[in-house]
Amino acid sequence: MRTILYLIRKEFLQIFRNKFIGRAIFGVPIIQMLILVPAVTFEMKNISLCIVDKDMTPESRGLISRLDGSTFFHYRYTTFSESQARQLMNANKCTLVLEIPRGFGKDTGNGIPGRIMASINAINSSTAQLTWAYLNGVLRDYNADIIRQNPGSLSGQPVPIIQVTNRYWYNEKLVYSHYMVPGILGILVTAIGFILAGLNMVREKEIGTIEQINVTPVRKYQFIISKMAPFLIIGLIDLALGMVLGKLFFKVPFEGSVALLFLCSTIFLIAILGFALFISTFAGTQQQFMFIAFFCMIIFILMSGIFTPLESMPGWAQRVDLVNPVAYIMRINRMVILKGSTISDISRDIWSLVAIAVSFTFFAVKRYRKTA
Amino acid sequence: MKRFLGFVKKEFLHIFRDYRTLIILFGIPAAQIMIFGYVVSNDLKDAGVAFLDLSRDEVTQKLTDKICSSGFFRLTETLTSYNDIDKILKKGKTKAVIVFQKDFGRDLFAEGKTTMSVIADGSEPNMATLVTNYITAITTDFNIEQARAPGGAVSLISAQVRMFYNPSLQGHYMFVPGVITLIMILICALMTSVTITREKEFGTMEVLLVSPLRPTQIILGKVTPYFILSFINVIVILLLSWFVFGLPVKGSLVLLLAESMLYILMSLSLGILISTVSSTMQQAIFISMVGMMLPTILLSGFIYPIENMPWIYNWVSAIMPPRYFIIIIKDIMIKGTGFAYIWKETLILAFMTMVFIWLSIRNFRIRLH
Repeated sequence: MRTILYLIRKEFLQIFRNKFIGRAIFGVPIIQMLILVPAVTFEMKNISLCIVDKDMTPESRGLISRLDGSTFFHYRYTTFSESQARQLMNANKCTLVLEIPRGFGKDTGNGIPGRIMASINAINSSTAQLTWAYLNGVLRDYNADIIRQNPGSLSGQPVPIIQVTNRYWYNEKLVYSHYMVPGILGILVTAIGFILAGLNMVREKEIGTIEQINVTPVRKYQFIISKMAPFLIIGLIDLALGMVLGKLFFKVPFEGSVALLFLCSTIFLIAILGFALFISTFAGTQQQFMFIAFFCMIIFILMSGIFTPLESMPGWAQRVDLVNPVAYIMRINRMVILKGSTISDISRDIWSLVAIAVSFTFFAVKRYRKTA
Repeated sequence: MKRFLGFVKKEFLHIFRDYRTLIILFGIPAAQIMIFGYVVSNDLKDAGVAFLDLSRDEVTQKLTDKICSSGFFRLTETLTSYNDIDKILKKGKTKAVIVFQKDFGRDLFAEGKTTMSVIADGSEPNMATLVTNYITAITTDFNIEQARAPGGAVSLISAQVRMFYNPSLQGHYMFVPGVITLIMILICALMTSVTITREKEFGTMEVLLVSPLRPTQIILGKVTPYFILSFINVIVILLLSWFVFGLPVKGSLVLLLAESMLYILMSLSLGILISTVSSTMQQAIFISMVGMMLPTILLSGFIYPIENMPWIYNWVSAIMPPRYFIIIIKDIMIKGTGFAYIWKETLILAFMTMVFIWLSIRNFRIRLH
């Protein structure tokens, strides 16, 4: 035990000897969190709209002002030529071109369905779908108004309509920062622990100091533990700092138990650090480690379900995700912090994380050889 | 010049000697493009929904079937009371609960309208918005279908839609350009900053500095091999995205390659700048990975459109070079537009490259201390 403590002390001294790293491991997560969290939102507003109004009747103008009045659309350009509208879209000046054909007003007045043509920039398919849904929503309301204004002039009895009301539990106003704070914190803690722990190990190899350790009576597991513990502690401190700031600046509600969150985070960090040390045994230089780390980190993060829904991934990818510790911690953070889930709600995720942590650490100890 | 070429050759030997790095250098971008082209997407598919049907009539049955058979949703459970909603949402597999009030169908026909409520799990805002939007759209369709049945009226104004550039709404139109941008800047910045700090950390930089090579030649010699390798990398990625995802370059290929060269140059000079401010490899890696990865993903418009961010982020993201390259690559590859549409972004990238180089020259120490 005393050996481990001495080794841990040595690691801490080495980490904080580099002034930049010493400050950056606490500064970078905090600053990035404060800057990045408010930026991220999927909420669409100000969809820039270009109108090609070939009709110029009170009806078409009514529709335009209706669109402009909604919070989603921002009426930016008006033109009479399709090619100019096309150019505006090519130049990223507008996302939605709405063409109102000649005769639109006359038709609607006569009870013939009016047709308009919407062109949406669909490079980002999900925002395109949302834009389309919003446009349909505005048209729906507009139609309902027309029906209400001229009762009787239309054939038949009123159409039975099912309306949908939406409610969002746990985050009623869909505040994105409440969702992003735990997510971004999780990613930053992962990145710091993963990269620094692995680099530390490879650095000893590259410089040759690992051989000095190898000839001492230090046991394999003691060495691995002493390489993991400092980053575990740093990670937990980062997390605590981040949570406090998240609460202060972004008013993230904290529904669940703090102890549970830290228990899960500890298991998660052990898994990440174990994995870092495991792959560090394959790398001979820091450069090699860095590339492997880059590869794994990007995959872990983009497949964690924080930026895109897990359910949208193909089945095989979801199965691969079973060994992605970041996916587990994202889910757990969200559930504990925002929903107040208890240990029994997330027990399956916790056990999976434990299994991942134990196996990665086991492989790391196993792969590490005390021979030159 | 001969000296310089000799130095470049030495650098190439360094890189090729280490076959592991070489495999990684080419394998990683290719593998990542493949993985993300297939995996990452924002489309809704098989999201778990539960129903609380207090009415149990023909209309609710039809609507339930319509929602479950749409391909977007998967029925997880049928609830019997309000108290179950919290329990099932807390488990996390169910993203939304759809509630039909008592006498839903009777109200619909007696009063001409009725309301169903969707209770979505707001702890995942993306998912919640997607789910409620899709359910609303399906319900609207349902309304229209019912209205078309004999005796109903037709809806008044309807819009036809044309999805420009990406008619089948595929996710990789957005993710392939994004991943290229993300990977190129991170890998280039990482490689150059590490290779230079490595010499510093091991003390071999001093050997180079006392050699007859000028400092500029040393730096250029270090960067040239990576420039060539990165350029080959871009070509490999473009070929992959063409053959695997059927995403050809619609615009001018020459222009795209020229822009990629500029982007690589910018990333390499960023790497040089990082190397001048860091003394150890650890520090360089920390800056170029922990420091740059998340801002690049989040502020470049890769996943989250910049227009939707609070206005101040228009300025914050203005200093992110990837933001401009994403626009350039999307314009050339997918829209097929020419230089006239992207000259501004090109100028900004060129300007950034110059600033990075100027700062690096100012910071570069040729004296020992």
